[in-house]
Amino acid sequence: MSDPKQVLADLYRTMVRIRAFENAAEVASQGGVSVYGKEAEGNAHVRGPLHLSTGQEAVPAGVCAHLRREDYLTSTHRGHGHTLAKGADLQGMMSELFGKATGFNGGKGGSMHIADFSVGMLGANGVVAAGLPIAVGAAHAQKLQQRDAITVCFFGDGGINRGPFLEALNWARVYGLPVLFVCEDNRWSATTASAPMIAGPGASARAQSMDIAGEKVDGNDVMAVYGAARKLVQEVRDGSGPRLLHAITYRVKGHVSVDPAAYRDQAELDAALKTDPIARARQHYLALAGAEARTLDAIEQAAQAEVVAALAGADAAPWPDAREAFTDIQDTGAGQWY
Amino acid sequence: MVLMTYAEAAVRALAREMETDRNVVVLGEDVGRGGIFGQYKGLQQQFGAQRVIDTPISEAAIMGAGVGMALAGLRPVIEMRVVDFALCGMDEMVNQAAKNRYMFGGQGRVPIVARMPIGIWDASAAQHSQSFESWFAHLPGVVVVCPATPQDNYSMLRAALACGDPVVYMEHKTLWGRTGDVDETVEAVLGQAQTLRTGNHLTMVSWSRQVHVCAQACARLAELGIEVELIDLRSIWPWDRDAVLRSCARTGHLMVVHEAVQAAGFGAEIAATAAEQLGCKVRRLGAPRIPVGYSPVLEAQARVDADAVVAAVRAFLK
Repeated sequence: MSDPKQVLADLYRTMVRIRAFENAAEVASQGGVSVYGKEAEGNAHVRGPLHLSTGQEAVPAGVCAHLRREDYLTSTHRGHGHTLAKGADLQGMMSELFGKATGFNGGKGGSMHIADFSVGMLGANGVVAAGLPIAVGAAHAQKLQQRDAITVCFFGDGGINRGPFLEALNWARVYGLPVLFVCEDNRWSATTASAPMIAGPGASARAQSMDIAGEKVDGNDVMAVYGAARKLVQEVRDGSGPRLLHAITYRVKGHVSVDPAAYRDQAELDAALKTDPIARARQHYLALAGAEARTLDAIEQAAQAEVVAALAGADAAPWPDAREAFTDIQDTGAGQWY
Repeated sequence: MVLMTYAEAAVRALAREMETDRNVVVLGEDVGRGGIFGQYKGLQQQFGAQRVIDTPISEAAIMGAGVGMALAGLRPVIEMRVVDFALCGMDEMVNQAAKNRYMFGGQGRVPIVARMPIGIWDASAAQHSQSFESWFAHLPGVVVVCPATPQDNYSMLRAALACGDPVVYMEHKTLWGRTGDVDETVEAVLGQAQTLRTGNHLTMVSWSRQVHVCAQACARLAELGIEVELIDLRSIWPWDRDAVLRSCARTGHLMVVHEAVQAAGFGAEIAATAAEQLGCKVRRLGAPRIPVGYSPVLEAQARVDADAVVAAVRAFLK
C-alpha cells in the first residue's frame, strides 16, 4: 500500500493542475464565443465553445491515477480534465486551445476535440455520448489482440439518454470487454437540469439492468473516487468484463464559459461550492499525520507557474500554415477539393 | 479467370485480405451465417467468430466500435446490411469516422470499409430501396465506391481495404447474384472509371446497377445509329473527371444516368463540371423525387429503365 499522504498529494496535484488550466482557459476565452445573443469580439485567445470542468476535477484525478500510458481513454466535450489526468502535456493542450500550430491537433480541433493519442487519450468529442461506441471498439481491439490494457470511457449524465450509451453498454457486456464506463454526473444537461429528464435512478441502474456491476460514489471526494476506481479498474484488468462508475459531482460553471447559468438557483450553486473537491482534499490531507500545508502550497504554485508559462508559450507559438486546412483529410483523392 | 457471382467475388476478396492481414476483421449483423446476401459466406468458418463478429442490432455501436477498433490498429469491415439502416449509424460515420483524422490533427487513422448496399430491391418499399451515394460524396474525409460487376467488387473491395481511408462501400442489393469472370490479379485504382463501350455521339456516365440498364439502352441506340460512349464511374469520390471530360470533349454531349433521385444527385455534379469545363451540352436522368412505393405499379415510377434512357438520349440528340 502506498503512502496515503503521497497518494493524496499526487491526486491533489492532478486536480489543481486541471483547475489552474480551466481558470486560465476561462479568462482567455472571454469575448471569444458568439452565443447567447453576444457577438464574438474576435480578439480572445481561446475562441469558440469552451466547456469547463471546474469543480469536477476529482473524477478524472481519482480514475486516471490507476491508468497506464497504454490504456485508452475517450472523453466528452468537457474533456480538459480527462486529458490532463491521462498524462497529456499541458502546453500542447493550451496551444491547441489557442488554435496554434504546436497544439496537439495543429489547431484543427480546439477545446472540443482535445486529444493526445500518444498517451492513449483518443479524444474529446463534440457529440454527446459519441465516445461510448468508440471506447467499446477500442476495448474490443484490445481484447482481440490480447493486449494487457484497458479502456476508460468518460461520459456525462446527459449522455445516458442517448442510444449509443445503451448500445455501447450492451456491446461491452455481450463481448466481455475490458472497459470501465465512468458517468461523470454533473447534474446538468447543457442548460437543462438532468434529473427531470432521466427516467429511473440513472446510469448505475441502467448498467445493472445489463448485468454490468458498478459503484456510485461522491464524485467530489477524490479518495472515494480513487478507491472505487481502483477496485473497478482491477476487475476490468482481471478480465471480468465491463464495469461502471457513477460519480456524482457538480458543474460549477455554465454549459460553456460565457454561460452565466442564470437559469439555476443560487442556493444550489452555493451548496455545491461548499463541497469543492480541492478544498475537501486539502482538509483531508492536512488531517493526515505529519502533513504540512506547504506541501500543497508548493503544488499549487507549481501548477500556477506551469499554466502561466503555457499561456505565454501558446501566445508565442505560430499559427498553422493556411495550407494545413488541406492536409490529413484522406489519402485517396487528396488534392481533389472541388 | 474464374466465373463467380458479385457476392462470391466479395467473399473471395475479403478472404484474401484476411489471410494476409490479421488485423482485418468483419463486424455486423448476421455476418457469421454468411450475411443476408451471402456476401460473407464461409468466412466465419474459415477465420473464426473472433474475426467475423456477429453483432447485436446496434448500428451506432457497430459503426462506432468500428471506428474505435480502427484507432486501435484493426482494419474493420463494417456491415450495415442496407444503406437505409446505415442512417442509424450516421453520427458515427459523418462526425466520427470521416472527421477523426482531420480534427485530431492527424493523430489517428480510421481505415474502415463500411459496406452499405444501395438500390431498389424488388417490392421492398420506401425504407429498403434508397441510393445515398451523393450524401457521402458531399462528405469530406471519405471515399465512396459503387461497383457494378463481380470483377470490380473483387478488385475494388481489396483496394478499399488497402487504401487506409474510411470507405463507404456501396454494393447494389440486386447485383449479388450477377455472374461474371473475375481475374484475381487485376488491381483496381479507386477514382478510375472504366469505359464499357466507345462511341462518338454522346458520353453516358453511370454506376452501380444502372450501368447494366444503360448498357442495354446503348445496344438499342446503336441499332438506331446512335453510338454512345458508356463510362462506368465505379467510384463516386474521388471520381474520374479526366476520363469523363476527355470523352465529353470528343462527343460534345454528356448524359449522366443514376438510380438515385435526380434532384441534387451526383449526376448534377458531373454535369455541372462538364458544362463549366467544356461548355458541353449536358442532361441528367435519375429517379423522380418520390419515395419508392411497394406496389409494382408504384415502384416502376421510381425506376429509370432502358426505355427511359433510350427516350432521353433520342430527345437530347434530336
